[in-house]
Amino acid sequence: MSSLITRRSLVVGATIGAGALLTGCDKIAANPEARKILFMGEDMNRGLQRALTNRNALAPEFSPAQMSPIFRSNGTSNPGTADYTAMVANNFADYRLKVGGLVDRPLSVSLPQLRQMPARAQITRHDCVEGWSAIGKWQGPKLGTLLDAAGLKSTARYIVFTCADLYRGANYYESVDLVDAFHPQTILAWALNDQVLDVAHGAPVRLRVERQLGYKHAKYVTAIDAVASLDGIGKGKGGYWEDNVDYDWYAGI
Amino acid sequence: MNDPTAPTISTPIIKRHRLATRIWHWVTVVTMFIMIGSGIGILKAHPRLYWGRYGANFDTAWTTLDQWPSWLVSLLNLLTIPASYNLAISRRWHLLFALVLAFALLGFMIVSLVNKHFQRDLRVRAAELSPREVAHDVKEHLAFRFHDPKRPGAYNILQKLSYVATIFVLIPVMILTGLTMSPGMDAAWPWLLEVFGGRQSARSIHFIAATGLVLFIIAHLALVILAGTWNEVRSMITGRWKVPAHTSEDVA
Repeated sequence: MSSLITRRSLVVGATIGAGALLTGCDKIAANPEARKILFMGEDMNRGLQRALTNRNALAPEFSPAQMSPIFRSNGTSNPGTADYTAMVANNFADYRLKVGGLVDRPLSVSLPQLRQMPARAQITRHDCVEGWSAIGKWQGPKLGTLLDAAGLKSTARYIVFTCADLYRGANYYESVDLVDAFHPQTILAWALNDQVLDVAHGAPVRLRVERQLGYKHAKYVTAIDAVASLDGIGKGKGGYWEDNVDYDWYAGI
Repeated sequence: MNDPTAPTISTPIIKRHRLATRIWHWVTVVTMFIMIGSGIGILKAHPRLYWGRYGANFDTAWTTLDQWPSWLVSLLNLLTIPASYNLAISRRWHLLFALVLAFALLGFMIVSLVNKHFQRDLRVRAAELSPREVAHDVKEHLAFRFHDPKRPGAYNILQKLSYVATIFVLIPVMILTGLTMSPGMDAAWPWLLEVFGGRQSARSIHFIAATGLVLFIIAHLALVILAGTWNEVRSMITGRWKVPAHTSEDVA
C-alpha cells in the first residue's frame, strides 16, 4: 500500500514538476536577462562552426536527377506594389540593382548587364527554417564579382540587401557578413531550373547564400549596401525576421 | 535494531553511482526535457517527414501530423516549448541545449572511459548474450526481480543493452542527424549527408531516434518505480543505494 502511495505521489510529483519546468521555460524566455543567455546559443553555434570547419567549404551540389520535381515558393509570392507591378509589366526593363554604401564606385546595374556578367550555375538544396528542403538549379553572377567591381572600403563588415517586397509596410531586408558575401556559391540568381526567375521565386534577382536557411536568401533584391555595422538598419538585428520574430541572424544551423 | 532478538535482515548500502555519472544524468534529464519540448515546437512548423535529399509540400511524406491519433497530438501540444507556437524561440532553446547535450555526453564519455565505468559496468560479455541468459533475464524482469543476488550492484543484460543503445547509439544519432540538418555543417562535413541518405532522411531519423529516446525514458521511469522509487532516485542523487531486502534474503 505504501509503495502504491509512493508510486502515485511520484507520478503526480513528476507531472507537477514537468508542468512547473514547462511554465518555467516560458518565464525564462520572457525575462530579458535570461533571454540574453538563451540567445547566446546563436553566437556559440556560429563561433563553433566558424572555428571548427573550413569557412570556404562549398555547400553540396547535386545532379539534375536529384532535383525536386516542384520547387515550392515561400514568403512573398508577389510583392504587388505599384512600382513592382509596373516593373513586371515592363519586363524589368527599368529595373536597376543599386550597389552602394561603403564602396568606392557605387553601381547601378540593369538586368541585361547582370545577365551578361560571368555566371555560376549550381544545383543546391534550399532549406527552410520550417524544416522542408527543395533542390533546384540557380544561375547568376557571384556577389563577390559585383562587390569587387564596386570596391569595398576597408571599413565594410556586412552586406545588406533591400528588397521590393513589403513586410509590415517596410521593405524586406537581410544581411550577411563578408565571409558569406565572398563565398564562391553566393550568387545573385536571375534563373531557376534554366528558366528566367519567376515572380513567386523572387524575380528579377534573388540572393543565394547556400550555407544558410531560406529566409537569408533575399528575393526581389533592388539594393545592395556595404555597411560597417547593422545598427540603425531596421531594428538593428540584420533582417526582417531577426528584428521582428527573434530568428537567428546566423542561419547556418 | 532496538530489539536484539528480531531477525536482522542484512541490507547493506553500497556506493552505486559516481559523481560524474550523477551530474551527467541530471544535466541530461533537464536537457532532454527541453530538447523534446522545443523539438516538438520545431516539428510543428512543418509536421511532415520525408525520405531522401529533398522534401516539401508537393513531395510524398511518409508521415504527417494529421495522421497521428488525437491523444498523441494533445500530448505533444502539452509538452511544447514554448507553450504557444513560436518557431524562433523553440529553435533558440533547441540549438542552445543541443550544445549542452552534445558536450555533456562527450565529457561523460571521456570521464567514464578514464574511471572505467563503461568497461566495468556497461561492457556486454558474449556469454551474457546467449539466448538462455537473455531469456532468463526477461523472466526475471517479468517477475520484477532486477538484481542478481550474487552481484546486486551489477547491471543485468537488458539494462546494459538499453543503456548502451541510449548512450552509444540513440543520443549520438540524435546529435549527428541534428548536425546533418544544418546547411552550414553539410558544407563543412558533406559525409554526414552520405551517412544518413540526405537531409530529409536525417530529419526523419532524428524524429525516429527521438521517439526511441522517449520510449527509453518511459521504460526507465517505469523500472525505477518498480525497483523502488526512492532508493533508486537517492542512488542517483547521493550515490548511495540500499541493496533490496529480498535480494539479501536470497543471498542468505
